Amino acid sequence: MSTTDPIRLSAIDQARALREGELCSEELTRAHLDRIAAVDGDLNAFLHVSEAEALATAREVDTARAAGEELHELAGVPVAVKDVVVTQGMPTTAASKILEGWIPPYDATLVQSLRAARLPILGKTNMDEFAMGSSTENSAFGPTRNQWDRERIPGGSGGGSAVAVGAYEAPLAIGTDTGGSIRQPASVTGTVGVKPTYGSVSRYGLIAMASSLDQAGPVTRTVQDAAALHELIGGHDPRDSTSLEGGFGSFTEAARAQDVKGMRIGVIEELEGEGFDPLVRARFEESLAALEGAGAEIVRVSCPNFQYALGAYYLIMPSEASSNLAKFDGMRFGLRVVPEESPTAEAVMKATRGAGFGDEVKRRILLGTYALSAGYYDAYYGSAQKVRTLVQSDFAAAFESVDVLASPTAPTVAFRLGEKTSDPLAMYLNDVATIPANLAGTPGISLPSGLAEDGLPAGIQFLAPVRADDRLYRVGGALEALLEDSWGGPLLAQAPELSGGIAR
Amino acid sequence: MSAVDLVDFDTALERYDPVLGIEVHVELGTATKMFDGAPNIFAAEPNTAITPVSLGLPGTLPVVNRKAVEYAIKIGLALNCEIAESCRFARKQYFYPDLTKNFQTSQYDEPIAHDGWVDVELEDGEIVRVEIERAHMEEDAGKNTHVGGSTGRIHGATHSLVDYNRAGVPLVEIVTRPIPGTGKRAAGVAAAYVRTLRDIFRALDVSEARMERGNVRADINVSLRTSPDAPLGTRTETKNVNSFRSIERTVRFEISRQAAILDQGGTVIQETRHFHEDTGSTSSGRVKSDAEDYRYFPEPDLVPVAPSREWVEELRATLPELPAARRRRLLGEWGFSDLEMRDVLNAGALDLIEQTVAAGAPAQAARKWWTGELARVANEREVELDGLGVTPAQVAELQGLVDGKKINDKIAKQVLGKVLEGAGDPAAIVEKEGLAVVSDDSVLSAAVDQSIADNPGVVEKIRGGKVQAIGALIGPIMKATRGQADAGRVREIILEKLGVDG
Repeated sequence: MSTTDPIRLSAIDQARALREGELCSEELTRAHLDRIAAVDGDLNAFLHVSEAEALATAREVDTARAAGEELHELAGVPVAVKDVVVTQGMPTTAASKILEGWIPPYDATLVQSLRAARLPILGKTNMDEFAMGSSTENSAFGPTRNQWDRERIPGGSGGGSAVAVGAYEAPLAIGTDTGGSIRQPASVTGTVGVKPTYGSVSRYGLIAMASSLDQAGPVTRTVQDAAALHELIGGHDPRDSTSLEGGFGSFTEAARAQDVKGMRIGVIEELEGEGFDPLVRARFEESLAALEGAGAEIVRVSCPNFQYALGAYYLIMPSEASSNLAKFDGMRFGLRVVPEESPTAEAVMKATRGAGFGDEVKRRILLGTYALSAGYYDAYYGSAQKVRTLVQSDFAAAFESVDVLASPTAPTVAFRLGEKTSDPLAMYLNDVATIPANLAGTPGISLPSGLAEDGLPAGIQFLAPVRADDRLYRVGGALEALLEDSWGGPLLAQAPELSGGIAR
Repeated sequence: MSAVDLVDFDTALERYDPVLGIEVHVELGTATKMFDGAPNIFAAEPNTAITPVSLGLPGTLPVVNRKAVEYAIKIGLALNCEIAESCRFARKQYFYPDLTKNFQTSQYDEPIAHDGWVDVELEDGEIVRVEIERAHMEEDAGKNTHVGGSTGRIHGATHSLVDYNRAGVPLVEIVTRPIPGTGKRAAGVAAAYVRTLRDIFRALDVSEARMERGNVRADINVSLRTSPDAPLGTRTETKNVNSFRSIERTVRFEISRQAAILDQGGTVIQETRHFHEDTGSTSSGRVKSDAEDYRYFPEPDLVPVAPSREWVEELRATLPELPAARRRRLLGEWGFSDLEMRDVLNAGALDLIEQTVAAGAPAQAARKWWTGELARVANEREVELDGLGVTPAQVAELQGLVDGKKINDKIAKQVLGKVLEGAGDPAAIVEKEGLAVVSDDSVLSAAVDQSIADNPGVVEKIRGGKVQAIGALIGPIMKATRGQADAGRVREIILEKLGVDG
């Protein structure tokens, strides 16, 4: 590997190189498009590559820069967008057949932000259909493969975004996280992912899975990159009623601070025991030790209701999803299947949904429809909401004594493709550590903790109180620096080279 | 339609006690939709008053229209309701092509207004108090048009078109508690209640409240029981009844129909029914059983609506005078008799008279025009008074010409006729057509001289003291001037010329 290969630089360093005239955005964008062309046939991280548009934006940036225009810090640095985010004039499928061929007439608010700051959009990344899954195997367009081992899953639902940045196809990517879909892929691909505070990033234009849990966030290779991208896409949006008004600290400053002296880090007792693989736990403990060595205080905290979180999540999420996915009926957009006999509206809806949705989507629609039915609502949806309140109380109690909480992000390293597809419950257990933050609306970050079982990456997760996303960047930035010192460079540098890569 | 057994309405009420329940939907006259920036307009080209949100496109989110909340609170306050300190929206889920998201965003167990009442004045002046259970906010659906069938209904249609212009238009639904004790006045109470609400919506200026446009739609629930002490009977709900007359006919028909069923020992089926304007009957819609499950749950894309008490009190303080209070005030100001006032109300002339008075006409004169000649023409043309094309200002101007002795009553009717034909304002018509009363002595004097010369016999009689014979001289003069002569002045001139004291 050459240190001058621009696609291997962090996004912040690519931005600096653009500013300092070491290269132009068109070259940089072209380099990423070449990389996609070289490796994505194997990885399948992208569902759509928008080459012409990305290059056009890049040239605009170069022209503007040459003219001395004031530009956003990340202007000209390419970005990939998870295909659950609506992009005007660019196919948006949520990896579902039911939306195949749909060209949205509008942009998600966060996409407007990307366009306003003039980040060339490289394309749309692969995912589990409607973000339902933990392995990207539920994509209607084939799974994404982990760049560490192409027989392994890249995590999910945002496996495409994680692999896109992990395999240097994009320096930055957008993910969405309903139960861990940003953090768990980060963990198993050796990348960084942040689920912001619920309401920090507008949901307008995210194809909803579970409205009260969904949150978009940055997918990157470094903590500082994540902070910069989060600052770009965050902020109040009047089109999202659940969007928060200001009140956040500076993420980029926190990411650069690299100072954890006196920070109190609470280890969640319920999320470090059995179920977590030994080497995943070992890397977690080493990470904590490194932080302790840097002046942080490590304490044990109990969040007793977290044990009910997974169950509550698998009632609330499908309930909301069953409702949010009702609009996919073949009437107004996307797939329409017209049965030959009796093509009534009802029959078209049935046939379209039957043909357009994959098994996991149907499973969750059925679960949610059942949970919301008269006579079952109180026992299922109602009880789950009570658990949600208890989980929030656990967080509130814990944050009275600590600044951030910590756990391994996922129980294991990347498992093999197909290993868990026939066992939904085993698949759901991947999210045990990430789900509580979605139920409580609290922010979380995952960053690499080292190589664990089978020489594959593991992740460490930090959680902070609502609106205290800056603490994630502070602790994450500090740990990243400590670990990279011990590894002698980024963890991703230890990933195997991909065949078919461009000449370096 | 198969023949339905019916019991005569009055006979039915000898044996059964009717109980009503009425749900009224009113479309709010906000500039934009309930959760969306799309314009809230009527009769635009299909599928033009829409945005990605109106269409429920993937990724779109609702945002509550603050003006719609304000209007809902005003309606709640006018109906003497409690206004919730915090209330949520809920999703009411069912699949139908006119529903863009396959759920309607509505309110379920947390309405913005609840527990109120409204006094309803019947035609005979009696007051009935109707208890209001709740008023809640929701969005309207789009509109399906079924093509290819014979009746415009879905049965037999080859395909359907959907117009989403109406999808997302803000609605407030007002639900009564069961209305007992109406007996033989049941039909009148139902219509008067909806009319009262319609008048309140207009007074609050929250809706145009035009029944014929479907701005106000009523679902009429009727049940019968054997006595006022008996538990409530099974009800039917006749949907979307859109005129006062149809509301009365619906109630009468359902009472007659249900009585016949009960007389034969049958049971009334709980169902929705449709009213048919042509036959005045209702027919079975879908069976509404407990099996229907809308899977309501709190709308997760919206935060609770929590109107501050300050805001509510501010709105309460700025509520306009409501129709009942206004009627009492105007009755006093105008000095009408109760009977006159009732005629005014029944003619739907209250606003028009008030505006005519405001434009300068005396109240009694304004009343006579609107409940007299204009009511007659409206009746003839089968339109509402405000659909005649005559403005209160024109009526006041006409009366001003009469009071100023520019024209007499007879000419005034002629002028009004021309105004109704669209010929313009009364003064201009009088001017243009030379209809002003002729009181110019030089003109009249010549006509009088002619009449005296033509009728020596009559002149003799008058000189002989039979002054009442003067009519025979005036008549030809009026004829000669085509009625425009000032008859009083003509009389004075004749007497003057003949040297006779009137």
